Amino acid sequence: MLAADEGARVIAGGQTLVPMMVMRLARPTRLIDINRIAALSYIRGDGDGIAIGATTRQCVVERDALIATKVPLLARAIPNIGHAATRARGTIGGSLANADPAAESALVAITLDAVLSYRAAGKTADIPAREFFIGPMTTSLPTGACLTGVRFPVWQGEKIGVGFHEVNARRSDFAFVSAAAQLELGADGTCKRIAIGVGAATDFPLRLDSAEQHLAGTKLDAKTVDAAVREALADIETLADLHASADYRRRAAVSLAKRAVADALADAQGSKPHAH
Amino acid sequence: MRIELHVNGTLHEIDVEPRTTLLDCLRDVLGLKGAHAGCEHGVCGACTVLFDGAAVRSCLMFAAQAAGSAITTIEGVTPGPGELSPIQDAFCETHGMQCGYCTPGMILVAHALLADNPEPTREDIVEAISGNICRCTGYAQIVEAIALAAERLRGVNRPRSLSK
Amino acid sequence: MSAAGHHRYVSADRRVREDRRFVAGKGQFVADVELPNMKHVAVIACPHAAARIKSIDKRAALKMPGVHYVLDGAELAAATHPLMTGLDTPHVPRRPLAFETARYSGEWVAAVVADSRALAEDAAEAIEVDYEPLPFVLDAEQALEKGSPLVHEAHGSNVLLDKTFVWGEVDKDFAASPRKLKLRVKWGRSSTVPIETFGVVVAWDPWREMLDVHASIQMPRYADQIGAALKIPSSSVRVHYDVGGSYGVKRGIKHTVLCGYLARRLGFPMRLIEDRLDNMRGGDAHGPERLFDVEVAFDNSSIVRSMKMRALENLGAYAGRSPFQLGKPIGAIVGPYKIKSVQYRAIAVVTNKTTQDAVRGFGQGPTNLALERCMDEIAHVLGLDPLEVRRRNLIRHDEFPYLIPSGTTYDSGNYETVIDKVVAGSGYDELKKERDRLRREGKLAGIGIAACLEPSGGNATFEALLNPAITTSTFMDSCRINVDGLGAITATMHTTSSGQGHETLVGTVIGEVLELDPDTVRVVRPDSLNSLPSGTPVGSRMAIMLGGAAFHAAQKLRAKLTAIAAHDLGIPFERAVYKHAEVHDRDAPANRRTWAELVGIAHRNYHRMPEGFEPGLAVEHVYQVPTGGTLPDKDGRVQMYPCFSFEFHLLLLSIDSDLGETKILRYRLGHDCGTQINPKIVRGMTMGGIAHGIGAALYEEFAYNDDGQLIAQTFMDYLLPSSHEVPPVDIVDHETPSPHTVLGQKGSGESGYLGAPAAIANAVNDAIRPLGISINTLPIKVAKLGDLIAAAQERK
Repeated sequence: MLAADEGARVIAGGQTLVPMMVMRLARPTRLIDINRIAALSYIRGDGDGIAIGATTRQCVVERDALIATKVPLLARAIPNIGHAATRARGTIGGSLANADPAAESALVAITLDAVLSYRAAGKTADIPAREFFIGPMTTSLPTGACLTGVRFPVWQGEKIGVGFHEVNARRSDFAFVSAAAQLELGADGTCKRIAIGVGAATDFPLRLDSAEQHLAGTKLDAKTVDAAVREALADIETLADLHASADYRRRAAVSLAKRAVADALADAQGSKPHAH
Repeated sequence: MRIELHVNGTLHEIDVEPRTTLLDCLRDVLGLKGAHAGCEHGVCGACTVLFDGAAVRSCLMFAAQAAGSAITTIEGVTPGPGELSPIQDAFCETHGMQCGYCTPGMILVAHALLADNPEPTREDIVEAISGNICRCTGYAQIVEAIALAAERLRGVNRPRSLSK
Repeated sequence: MSAAGHHRYVSADRRVREDRRFVAGKGQFVADVELPNMKHVAVIACPHAAARIKSIDKRAALKMPGVHYVLDGAELAAATHPLMTGLDTPHVPRRPLAFETARYSGEWVAAVVADSRALAEDAAEAIEVDYEPLPFVLDAEQALEKGSPLVHEAHGSNVLLDKTFVWGEVDKDFAASPRKLKLRVKWGRSSTVPIETFGVVVAWDPWREMLDVHASIQMPRYADQIGAALKIPSSSVRVHYDVGGSYGVKRGIKHTVLCGYLARRLGFPMRLIEDRLDNMRGGDAHGPERLFDVEVAFDNSSIVRSMKMRALENLGAYAGRSPFQLGKPIGAIVGPYKIKSVQYRAIAVVTNKTTQDAVRGFGQGPTNLALERCMDEIAHVLGLDPLEVRRRNLIRHDEFPYLIPSGTTYDSGNYETVIDKVVAGSGYDELKKERDRLRREGKLAGIGIAACLEPSGGNATFEALLNPAITTSTFMDSCRINVDGLGAITATMHTTSSGQGHETLVGTVIGEVLELDPDTVRVVRPDSLNSLPSGTPVGSRMAIMLGGAAFHAAQKLRAKLTAIAAHDLGIPFERAVYKHAEVHDRDAPANRRTWAELVGIAHRNYHRMPEGFEPGLAVEHVYQVPTGGTLPDKDGRVQMYPCFSFEFHLLLLSIDSDLGETKILRYRLGHDCGTQINPKIVRGMTMGGIAHGIGAALYEEFAYNDDGQLIAQTFMDYLLPSSHEVPPVDIVDHETPSPHTVLGQKGSGESGYLGAPAAIANAVNDAIRPLGISINTLPIKVAKLGDLIAAAQERK
């Protein structure tokens, strides 16, 4: 149907599409409501990962026990998406396909190297998160394709910790900058593996690859983390708008990434994260 | 298009344009004026209704999408003509409103919260209503209303011997 | 009635009767009104900051389904008068639809009438307007410069008002003061932004020549202005009131004139309900955007002797009553302080921004900000505690009534006691300790205080101050009471409400005077033609004025009942005692007449009535504003409002130095509005005002880009405080009655809002002062503060 009508659009939760239609910024000729396709709503184990169907409500992901234990970074991030009333309708797939630079779902997907699946012309295909988000509100979904699900890898290990921070004007607004971190500590307390992502600062979420490389094998002391994060973010081209300057986003990205790592460390060590 | 909407326990068969929002349908087609338009882009919460018990923004849904789910509006939680529910009464007791425009939304959010969590902390209440904007009250008396309602509802059907 | 200060119903913690209908969703708001054959209006807005309208092509729109009419500015201008203005500015006409030139992005240039709002909007998109963009100006200081684009060519400049007042020996006082301080403070463009937008439903009955208007309205002289614009008598305009929140801004004259014209032209009722976009950019409900340049002269012990203040207001493209927001603060220009002389220059300029309207406080909030920032800076410069500086300058409780340099006498107050209550015990010291502890942990933390007045009672003498052609010296209100043949009491009030609980107020006051349960007093609100005069709820006046009118009407009724009883008992009036809705003989209490008996005599037994009395039990009172009745003298001195409430804010906040996020940790407020008629209502007003103030201080701004586009058009960008952003506030009450009012009550409709922004600004400055920086522009947004702090840290 999508392929047949150029003006057709998929609607799931509608929390983003409907306001755009009301303001006459989006003008689909036809809406294809996928809310009732039961096959698209699920949370289940999938090999060494957890698969979530595209039309799974954000509030369902928020409360899910499997997500809480296996994809804790997502569990930590989801309550920051909008408000309870929008999470009651908004879907995980809708949020990912919308690809707002500030989307928490996109940040977690990139940080954990999630894989997104879509269906087009009768065939299904996968796109790694890093290749999915290609610009602000822009994904590499082919025309006529519909996102069907996302699969988050599960980190096995004794001492996994997660951290998530964002800064916004009011608690539930679109973030100006956000940061997510997940790490695994070895028995001796050194970092075996770490993933750090920064969202809302640039056109789409970033991975701090160089920082991850520098920090693996270290004890993640504050000074080392600071240096690694600063270096990774030194040349990013940040967004500027009515809410925050480009400089602000750059500085806040550094600050929040550090906090996310510190929280993940504390989480892995079994203590509580810092309030912020 | 013809759709069937289940509103406040009654099934309605109605004719709407596909682009009619649930809010406009409730107000203009079904005559239920308690849900209000404040922004029509999903931020203020004045349009809040319960959708299968969960608080949602009716301005962000097309009426056609709402078929098959139980929709509850403020009219649906009012026990009868001139009668107030314990939650509504609690709002009157603390004066948890002034102009009344956001009030139906706040009360429905309170319903959803208390159905899920009968002993909410102040933080729970603040978080629950954080998606509904009030410009009159500064929220204090609304939070107190919901806390009072929770306390009173916990006392319902409780033998006197167990009451503190 | 019980002795002063001991009331039975006044000040009792009673429910607000209006709440019952609101909790059931049965409030009647204008969008709920449905008239048969009603048509829907959508407006077309100009996208340019300034543009000549070359042509409007309606053809495609008129062919679309359900479309009845397209109205343009030329047709409307030919058929109606321009809207009334407050200042004498004939070359700055204001019309509902732009005529020949559009002067701000969002200004309405045409209107479509269709069978539904959706169809009207569909057709609106098909209307082609050919614009020629013109040069524009957005900044008030630029608008003052020679060579600036002129918003209204025919006016010759962008200045609508430039008036300087000198009260007292300003130059002498400055010369004699060892210290001076200059400060520039900016109150950013924000507004009260009610959740209900403005709406109007208008129907014209050609047989009765009656324009029936249902509107979400809060403004004086509304019917007059509609009549004048539409060229029909004001008695042909009948207004029915339905309002959500307002806090000043629901003025809607242009919406009403537009729909009134269309209703008369087309013969159908017309409905225009602003959607949020219409409202934000074209509803003309923006608030003040004011730049203050203040200079204070003081001595080494911080006593402020004199002040020079220049207030520059950015009105937007047109002006109604909005320039008067520069005049009202004159009535409390020195705040709660004993400043001896003042020079005040009020300048209002037009720019190509959305038009303003009256916002809660009518300019007092911005003025208090400027004053309180100065007081804190004085403290800093002298190395004194800011609270101590306030104490040294405050008017003392035994100095009332107190005449301020601009000619207003403050009625009463006990500022030092209110402050004492707030900082009671070790409150203030505790806060300082907590602040210092946070600082030791490496955080930025600050304490902010603000001591502010809330002028209340209304009185439009600021009109005469700023426009000498106006000679209004009253701002009345009224109440009528009728007891029917069965003894039921009905009182009428003659204006709108937008959540203030006026019906409860009237019932309570009448119940108090008549010594019977307020809940038995029915209060109704007739339409405007059935009403006695009212100044409407502005200027924090209703407790004083409506309360006063109700009180006097009830007193008249009580006196009439007493006289009827005395006559019937055959005793002199002086021996008749009214008590608990009955009258008895003081010397023989068993001789009495009950309520029912008195009603029977008045309504049916005229032969038992005193000579010359009207039958029945109907009374009314039209109440003049206390201390009113004067006009400015030649030096611009005049009594402004009658009563002055006081609020003292004390708060502690912390700032995340990396992110610029502020968090209010503690908030305590002392509030004195005299006798509180209903404590629940007063507290609600104050908390709501604080929330508004938090918004104005930290979150809300009608931001424009360099192309003159309003970029904060939706609630995603114009940020209203949610429950997360308003901390718990500990309110401490005190009651210093006013000698001017019937029950000692003062107003509280603007409480909280008038001082919260000042207190927050002071707290932020206290927090960032160790970095050597200050911030004097509101709103203090997260990223802006973050950038400021980062720049300072880099310099170190």
